[in-house]
Amino acid sequence: MYPPFDAEEARALIAAHADQPGAALPILHALQARFGAVPAAAIPLIAEALNLTRAEIHGIVSFYHDFRSLPPGRHRLRLCRAEACQAMGGARLAQAAQRLLGIGWHETTADGRITLEPVFCLGLCAVAPAALLDDAPLGRLDAAKLETALEAAP
Amino acid sequence: MTGVRLYVPADAAARALGADAVASALAAGFGAAATITRTGSRGMFWLEPMVEVDTPAGRIAYGPVAASDVAGLIAAGLAQGGAHPLRLGPPGAIGFLRDQTRLVFARCGEEDPLSLDAYRARGGLAGLARAVSLGPAATIKEVLDSGLRGRGGAGFPTGIKWRSVAEAAPAPITPSPRYGQGMKFIVCNADEGDSGTFADRMLMEGDPFALIEGMAIAALATGATQGFVYTRSEYPQAIATFDAALAIARKAGLLGADCAGAGRAFDITQRIGAGAYVCGEETALLESLEGRRGQVRAKPPLPAHRGLFGAPTVVNNVITLASVPFILSEGAGAYQGLGHGRSRGTMPIQLAGNIRHGGLYETAFGPSLGTLVQDIGGGTATGRAIRAVQVGGPLGAYFPPALFDTPFDYEAFAARDGLIGHGGVVVFDDSVDMAEQARFAMEFCAEESCGKCTPCRIGSTRGKEVVEKIIAGERVEQNIALLRDLCDTLKFGSLCALGGFIPYPVLSALTHFPEDFTLTSTPGARAARRAA
Ligand SMILES: Cc1cc2nc3c(=O)[nH]c(=O)nc-3n(C[C@H](O)[C@H](O)[C@H](O)COP(=O)(O)O)c2cc1C
Ligand code: SF4
Ligand code: FES
Repeated sequence: MYPPFDAEEARALIAAHADQPGAALPILHALQARFGAVPAAAIPLIAEALNLTRAEIHGIVSFYHDFRSLPPGRHRLRLCRAEACQAMGGARLAQAAQRLLGIGWHETTADGRITLEPVFCLGLCAVAPAALLDDAPLGRLDAAKLETALEAAP
Repeated sequence: MTGVRLYVPADAAARALGADAVASALAAGFGAAATITRTGSRGMFWLEPMVEVDTPAGRIAYGPVAASDVAGLIAAGLAQGGAHPLRLGPPGAIGFLRDQTRLVFARCGEEDPLSLDAYRARGGLAGLARAVSLGPAATIKEVLDSGLRGRGGAGFPTGIKWRSVAEAAPAPITPSPRYGQGMKFIVCNADEGDSGTFADRMLMEGDPFALIEGMAIAALATGATQGFVYTRSEYPQAIATFDAALAIARKAGLLGADCAGAGRAFDITQRIGAGAYVCGEETALLESLEGRRGQVRAKPPLPAHRGLFGAPTVVNNVITLASVPFILSEGAGAYQGLGHGRSRGTMPIQLAGNIRHGGLYETAFGPSLGTLVQDIGGGTATGRAIRAVQVGGPLGAYFPPALFDTPFDYEAFAARDGLIGHGGVVVFDDSVDMAEQARFAMEFCAEESCGKCTPCRIGSTRGKEVVEKIIAGERVEQNIALLRDLCDTLKFGSLCALGGFIPYPVLSALTHFPEDFTLTSTPGARAARRAA
């Protein structure tokens, strides 16, 4: 689980990355790796460190699909929705996943266990349909295989 | 050493099929009697996890191996290459591998990707050594003469790009004291956003030093001193492997103050994308590296003249750069002598989607699309008829079997209103609903548009709605006319190929599969056809 956002720690993380040219993405990734998200409270800290306006930082954060404002559940299931997976029943699998978890895209199960995220290609297109459970790749998925994999993720 | 030597891929796609469990079962079964090397993949994914063993007669492969097969394999004499239903024989004798021309992927799948000694022993660093002795001008001439074109999609001649950067004056970069004294950059595009493609991923996981070597050659040839690799966040394993390779290369003096002993500085930093498809477009990628929204820049100026932080910049795809070591070590002629028309050398074609023999097939340009998907790919995985093949990612056209004679070559695909892009080939069987594929293309464009031009930003959302109306059977003829109009606007009014090429999948679906868009093709009728 991620610790709650801590401004002091965030400042230190930002400072550790701020001196490289084009520091915005490395900073955002570092914050999200630590706190599970880039919460609104982080925006002014980044703006200050990079000498940009809050609006500019907000504009950057909101442009990229990866950055979240709330931490995910204990596990992230990134399910591929792109063409090679579509060709192997990806849409059906996505429906099964939503039914199994009782949630939609970008939602987290009530017990805080799984967050379901759509993704467009994982480079696993020859073993479609595919997903990443946290960072572990899953291939040739069907509903049963997915259920087994999710059961192994407490 | 007398122990048993086993090889198990650690490629993400092999792991997605259980390679880690197989490696654990082998480790448990053999104990200290065996050494297990985790390799990249040879790219035959219907045979993964594929286990190899050293025997006096060379490597013997078994696959696809499940963890539950391991005890039986050991009992059957796996250690000696013994007979077993999963025994495939020498990997190089498997038709799919034997018939390839593997230049870029020659090493991938054979050894520990992070062993620099293994890399050297298999010809690695010979190209860099030759580039050092040739000097910049002659190195660029080799790349020019090889006919190498960009493998990221646009197919621009690599040597010309390098020459422009070599001739440009380094630019001082004000915001950073680090970059005070004038810079040029090598930027490697590892965003690999096209669905159906995984060559960059396989190379970065399976032979990362080849990319480092290619970038070092580019740097010495153009006078660049800093490199960036922009890798998509969807590739956690490629990111980790490549970072590990960078650390090893630095320690070995391959990167750093005296790059490869050439007396010149060059280092590489890996940066991670954040889930925006458009950041694969080179100027959006540069914006992203500079810490901004990934919005496309107008060209000119070209990145070669004013690129990253305003300095002259080579932007090349992973496979483009990884092709360079071979060209330098074996000479431009060895590369240029392969291919078809103006498409020279080899292309790692990625066979994906609903295909029996999915994987990476590196070959000289020229085989027909039909040869690729039917003879080499073995038809569909589901055993049904092939109905459509999308080539070149989400901006690529859908080809019907009637166009299977199209040779795999940049110009031949363009002549048929398609593109080869990064070499992804995605097969669909006859259950596909092409109106739904057209709808998806528009939705994807709307979702991923950088927002800079109105046709792309607004037109794609509008396009998605129009396809939805067609699917619902609403004023079908008028809406089809409107869709064609919208595609025209997108094609001519877009700044980059996201908006500009999205008409390819849409119009090819409409042109080659009109029956999926007509009134008689209600969702019910399509479902009935799927069930048939
Ligand atoms: C929307 C869009 C996405 C792109 N995505 C990629 C990509 O993921 N990888 C890539 O190498 N090139 C991609 N390109 C092509 C790049 O703009 C550029 O042509 C390429 O990186 C140049 O390298 P090359 O000459 O070695 O191909 C994309 C282009 C567009 C318009
Ligand atoms: S075509 Fe689309 S993605 Fe390309 S520059 Fe215009 S708005 Fe951005
Ligand atoms: S399309 Fe799903 S992994 Fe590539």
